[in-house]
Amino acid sequence: MGEPGVTGPAAEASLGTEVMTINIGPHHPATHGVLRLVVDLEGEVVRDLKPVIGYVHTGIEKSCEDKSYWKVIPFVERMDYVSYFFQMEAYCGAVERLVGLEIPPRAKYLRTIFLELNRIHSHLVWLGTTALDLGAVSMLWYCFRERDRILDLFEMATGQRMHTRYFQVGGVIEDIPVGFEAKLRSFIADMPVRVGQYEDLLDRNEVFLSRTKGTGIVSRERLLELGVTGPLLRAAGEPWDLRKAFDYLAYPEMDFKVPVGTVGDNYDRYRVRVAEMVESVRIVEQALDALPEGPFIAADRKYVLPPRSELSTSMESLIHHFKLVTEGYRVAPGEVYYAIESPRGELGCFVLADGSSKPARVHIRDASFVNLQAFRDMSLDGYVADMIASLGMLDPILGGVDR
Amino acid sequence: MPDAPGLELIRGEIEQGHPGAVLDTSFDRDQPALIVDPAQILAVLAWLRHAPGQEYTFLSSLHAADYLPAEPRFAVHYELLNRDRVERLRVKAMLREPSAAGPVVGEGVSGRALGFSPGGGASLAEPAGRETGRRARPDTPSPTPPTDGLPQIDSCVGLFPTAEFQEREVFDFFGIVFRGHPDMTRILLPEDYVGWPQRRDFPIGGEPVTFTYNERAYG
Repeated sequence: MGEPGVTGPAAEASLGTEVMTINIGPHHPATHGVLRLVVDLEGEVVRDLKPVIGYVHTGIEKSCEDKSYWKVIPFVERMDYVSYFFQMEAYCGAVERLVGLEIPPRAKYLRTIFLELNRIHSHLVWLGTTALDLGAVSMLWYCFRERDRILDLFEMATGQRMHTRYFQVGGVIEDIPVGFEAKLRSFIADMPVRVGQYEDLLDRNEVFLSRTKGTGIVSRERLLELGVTGPLLRAAGEPWDLRKAFDYLAYPEMDFKVPVGTVGDNYDRYRVRVAEMVESVRIVEQALDALPEGPFIAADRKYVLPPRSELSTSMESLIHHFKLVTEGYRVAPGEVYYAIESPRGELGCFVLADGSSKPARVHIRDASFVNLQAFRDMSLDGYVADMIASLGMLDPILGGVDR
Repeated sequence: MPDAPGLELIRGEIEQGHPGAVLDTSFDRDQPALIVDPAQILAVLAWLRHAPGQEYTFLSSLHAADYLPAEPRFAVHYELLNRDRVERLRVKAMLREPSAAGPVVGEGVSGRALGFSPGGGASLAEPAGRETGRRARPDTPSPTPPTDGLPQIDSCVGLFPTAEFQEREVFDFFGIVFRGHPDMTRILLPEDYVGWPQRRDFPIGGEPVTFTYNERAYG
């Protein structure tokens, strides 16, 4: 193509081909969900691009306004369906700040453990599907093998593999069962070895390296302008992590590193996420070692359901139970924005209370939604194939984008 | 976070350059907020972003809320963040519904359906056509839907490019128009959707059921 021996986007452009607009998605295996891309192509080079979203919009934020506070939790979980624990934490944390409820230390540690397990789970789903896009088909099976062990742990502790509704306003619904700790310890002993195996499979894979190195580069300044957070920003060399910056849950007591990249290309994004998995394992291990004894949910009966055993002996508990289940609790007027570090960046939850037992507004600032704005910058003047790699490395969850 | 006196200091400094820009401050649940005159929102945001000692360079989130029955009923929230000092600051611009507060922007087109009905919301008189590939290109922005009778505020995309999607989302769900936004179209809902569903007077279940086979078959 072009001059003999000259390849690359510049050479193809010199052919003077016509710009063609094509449509990728919304149903396409490489879009990781129901995402539609309207792409202007000049030959194989992306000249312009616009993501079109909204195909899985389900009006969750509106539905939340019709539910009492404790019934909103299963709704927000279903936004970003890969990181459901994070959605729960963002929402429950916001409501706890609204009502001024302090959660007991054991609940903080349990939440930290499950959040970090969820982060590993989310990164495993990302690694499996993205490596699949880039031709490393077997990665999917290895990643989902470990993901299944995490889901087994979730099922053991919460009864559900996904959308667990484990976090409550005030703590967690139940303590971890007997045998959970041993199973979790065997997982955290294995996981760093497994991560090493993933690296062995990918780090010297010529196809994977040539498709990720040097592609999809966006400068750190541009990413900050676009509001991008999470591993994408850290891969560009900005060590910004809300777990370090803000004081929430048990993270201030945890010793962990924030992996950062240097170039900000797709390879750095891969490296950062893989390194994050190892750090998450370290956090889970520390939290498990330091897990304090004590109650796993706050004792304030105005907001927290009384234990089942009390219902048959205590009239007061029965009344509280009845009030909480029928009407729910009322929250004094006010508004709170609470943000945590999800696997994709800043996950903020804004809750507006109007004094009734239902929130007047629940808004989730989803990291995928904001990060998707950087996709045009990542793909411009590169090949279509690199665009697919960049989309995988962007890791958008369309349930979270569309809500 | 700036505490309550710190918030008053910020207010005083803004008032020096922009008299009347800050209408009120609030410090509730450890979260500081400035309530700002919507006409001067860009000046305040630019000052907070650039002024030495402030430098809230990161816009974490932009969202809206409907405070019905309060008046003004809408608020656009800007969650600003200074990443060096790890400080958040909320800026709120309260907006009236033009039809409820005297002069309506673009009143000449009274023949057009402008009415806000609790169920239907403002009708988009001319729903934009089906999206085509060419129209989707950012250099040829889609025609903006009619914005008469809707609350308006200046877009901050020039200051914070991250606001582009989020302002479109606010427009989509609340019908708040951001003046100067490069592509003020619906983002999540279908282009020809009528109404602003996140408003508090828009009912849940206001969507007609589209699966009507049983109705047709069995009456």
